[in-house]
Amino acid sequence: MKRYTLLFLAGLTAVATYTTAQKSPAKKPVAAKVKPAAAASLANGKLVYTQNCLTCHQADGGGVSNMNPPLIKTTYVLGDKLRLAKIILNGFSEKVEIDGEIYSNIMPSLNYLSNQQIADVLTYVRSNFGNKASAVTVAEVSKARTGK
Amino acid sequence: MKSKVVFSSIVPMLAVAGMLWYGAGKHNNTMVSADADNAGLKLPAGFGALRAAENTGKARHISITPAGDIYVKLARPKEGKGILFLHDTNGDGKMDETQGFGNYGGTGMYIKDGYLYASSNSEVFRYKLNDKQQVIDPNAPEKIVTGLIEKNQHETKSLVLDNAGNVYVNVGAYSNSCQEKDRTPGSMGQKGCPILDSAGGIWQFKANKLNQTYGDGIRYATGLRNVVGLDWNQQDNQLFVMQHGRDQLHDLFPAMYTTQQSSIYPAECMYALKKGDNAGWPYIYYDQDQKKKILAPEYGGDSKKEGMPEAITPAVAFPGHMAPNGLLFYTGSQFPEKYKNGAFIAFHGSWNRAPEPQAGFFVVFQPFKDGKPFGQYEVFADGFTGSPEKTASGRADHKPCGLAQGQDGSLYVSDDVKGTIYRIVYNKK
Repeated sequence: MKRYTLLFLAGLTAVATYTTAQKSPAKKPVAAKVKPAAAASLANGKLVYTQNCLTCHQADGGGVSNMNPPLIKTTYVLGDKLRLAKIILNGFSEKVEIDGEIYSNIMPSLNYLSNQQIADVLTYVRSNFGNKASAVTVAEVSKARTGK
Repeated sequence: MKSKVVFSSIVPMLAVAGMLWYGAGKHNNTMVSADADNAGLKLPAGFGALRAAENTGKARHISITPAGDIYVKLARPKEGKGILFLHDTNGDGKMDETQGFGNYGGTGMYIKDGYLYASSNSEVFRYKLNDKQQVIDPNAPEKIVTGLIEKNQHETKSLVLDNAGNVYVNVGAYSNSCQEKDRTPGSMGQKGCPILDSAGGIWQFKANKLNQTYGDGIRYATGLRNVVGLDWNQQDNQLFVMQHGRDQLHDLFPAMYTTQQSSIYPAECMYALKKGDNAGWPYIYYDQDQKKKILAPEYGGDSKKEGMPEAITPAVAFPGHMAPNGLLFYTGSQFPEKYKNGAFIAFHGSWNRAPEPQAGFFVVFQPFKDGKPFGQYEVFADGFTGSPEKTASGRADHKPCGLAQGQDGSLYVSDDVKGTIYRIVYNKK
């Protein structure tokens, strides 16, 4: 049941992204221009992931059973970006249930990462491992960090 | 003359009939057949394996009754049942009847002197057995130990009993290396690690006393980060444990350790324990190549500096992170002589070797002679993951967890991914 909910949410996000893109054709060239920057952000995001996240969440984003939660099509990853950024900044020490499995290992705060690094790694995570969600901006991470 | 001939042919017939009847009644004494594919396992020549049960749930530790029934402790209850009783009605080795009881998840499962002992992640229970070694009242266990610390890490409470009425319970440390900020890069170790007061060791309790907690027990050994596999060595009359070594040397101290070093250090250690022993966590770890107790980076170490000479030295040191979840000293006679009194260890498999390939996911045999490790360990049962790629990625089909010995000398292995219970037998005569 949960899996379907997550897939549904993922689907909604994908549809929403698609619809937004369709409704504003004027944005298309802009999106094309942004591409090199987005590519750099993704490359940097992968680097940040490899150095700070991979051991626990694994190369495929699938996590480790009973311990480290997966990052594949979960509401945590695809949902509210502010909440997601706050997990990176504050860490996470609650037991969490995903698809009927419980994950209980502690995640430390990674607040030593810059806003740019956090934006990049979240953008990377939200567009890899089967995820297709929008990019996270430095402004959004800054808001999560300072509340402004 | 004639009657004598008849008589002499009747005797063997009766004997055969008797053996058949005996075999039918005592399934465990019948040689069972291995599955055609040896249950997917790779074993030494002469050995075979069958799937005694499948899809039981997250099967952790197991115990086999003299009649060949299997008790399974599940990490999480399945349909409200945290302990399974598996029975084989026709003697083919395939368990075809399942009953469940105990509404709590956990790991510990051990039969001793007419009782089945089981643990949740904070308590220890025991159930009285009848003369068939079956639980008399599944709804009325005696609560032996209560109030053990249960946090988000290393919360399972493995247990074993000695021959003097004591139960030994692991209380794992709720931390990786007792840093001020757990698993945070560069964070230093807490002075006089306070976790060790109530965790990070083995506690001894009375097997027959109700509602004991820390004050009633003895901290039998300390400085053990987390133990899942443990067994009582009958030859030495001594407790042996397998420690899960600390994680993430590179992630936490990247200037001192490469990812490659971090993937194989520290050792996963087997310790022979005496009362009062200290194995050194979190202050030191054991480096299996330098063969030294190395000061942990959280406590001023640099990957070479030695520390804590008073800490005990491991009996055997295995490569890092393979997660030893089961330990069994083999006392049976079914297997060849070299296995007698040696140790089987079930390695659940690694995760924090990443980005290096994962390892483990097998059962290892460590020979012993006169109660001491003797010679090199060897991989005994492999193939649980399904393929070398699944081993490397850690996405294993099955992960070995608990070990138990049947009365006939068969070796049983549990799997806590899909819940297969493997039975390994020796076929060659």
